[in-house]
Amino acid sequence: MSVVIQAGGLGKAYRRSWALRDCTLAIPEGHVVGLVGPNGAGKTTLLRLAAGMLTPTRGTITVFGQRPAAGPAQLARVGFVAQDTPAYARMTVADHLRLGAWLNPGWDERLARRRIAQLGLDRKQRAGSLSGGQRAQLALTLALAKRPGLLILDEPVAALDPLARREFLQGLMEAVAEQELSVVLSSHLVADLERVCDYLIVLVASQVRAAGEVSELLASHRRLSGPRRDPGRLPANQEVITESHTDKQSSLLIRTDGPVLDPAWSVQPVSLEDLVLAYMSRARDGSPARPQQLKVVS
Amino acid sequence: MIEFQLDETSGVATYLQLVQQVHQALRMGMLEPGDQLPTAQQVVARLAINPNTVHKAYRELERAGLVRARPGLGTFVTRVPSGAAPVTQARFLAELTGWLRSARSAGLGPDDVEAIYRTAFRDCFAEGVA
Repeated sequence: MSVVIQAGGLGKAYRRSWALRDCTLAIPEGHVVGLVGPNGAGKTTLLRLAAGMLTPTRGTITVFGQRPAAGPAQLARVGFVAQDTPAYARMTVADHLRLGAWLNPGWDERLARRRIAQLGLDRKQRAGSLSGGQRAQLALTLALAKRPGLLILDEPVAALDPLARREFLQGLMEAVAEQELSVVLSSHLVADLERVCDYLIVLVASQVRAAGEVSELLASHRRLSGPRRDPGRLPANQEVITESHTDKQSSLLIRTDGPVLDPAWSVQPVSLEDLVLAYMSRARDGSPARPQQLKVVS
Repeated sequence: MIEFQLDETSGVATYLQLVQQVHQALRMGMLEPGDQLPTAQQVVARLAINPNTVHKAYRELERAGLVRARPGLGTFVTRVPSGAAPVTQARFLAELTGWLRSARSAGLGPDDVEAIYRTAFRDCFAEGVA
């Protein structure tokens, strides 16, 4: 597996508070990677560090094996679409393309023109008067026409209406189908991620809580419900991610590498949303083993 | 050319939905040998799904011998799926009917039977697709 982004002990502090702290991860190349996690997990900081827009306070980060923004060649390899997809309000669509061509040595003018035509954007229109969806599409066009090896998108569709969101993701997936492109995309919209991503990372408080190919993650997790029992007595290959109990019933979300054979359990597959929520709440509440240990101590 | 639809509430994996829709189109005669499937790019531009999902579905169809990818041209239907031989189907129908009768006489109701069937079905077929 070749790695597109690698971080080790990565941290970024603003004055006295850490936006990202001791983050270690490896993001594989050739995927559309969804980065999901609660607000404040450090997603935006991580993505801006990868794009070279921030420099680490501690630790290391490499993109394609090199320091982000190490030079013109490295800058050309990474496209970045920021939150709210900013554009220069007083400049026209055509001005944006000219600027893109001027700033980027590998600029693909044909691709840029084709996308603008497909989108039905008026080249003379000022960016300030574009709709949110059109502005997002313009930002995506500029990033794609760089012909980057890695495209980073930080919550690109959060502010868009459902139709504009779908159109944006259609454009993005079309680009992935025709270009050799790794994509890292942060979003809270798990349903969107489920459609477009084939790799998922759950980041909570700068730590990777779950990472893997979406199909493998879904295949290796199950929801179990059945008569109440002690989750500590599950087979060794079943790891409890979340659990809840009434006096009669137990409901678990587990990770396992094999079938669940115990006939007392009703076994359900999990959705990606279930899975993300489970890892986020486990991180917030502590892993299931911990509360029990605390009881013993106190 | 067929157009794929996605049912996000079905709980069926996206690539399987594509596979099933091709099967269905073949059975209904909407697709015939020689017909072309939409390119991955066309599918993702319409459904906003990951291209690998489409590739996976097409590989699955190719493995089943229903379509063939012709490099640079596209993916084409090669044959219509033949269901299991009628005699085989009859045998399994008879076995299942016998099993259902014995379940009923053991006191199991329709809901019990359905729960058992769903669990067994999932365990059996989930292994193949996971």
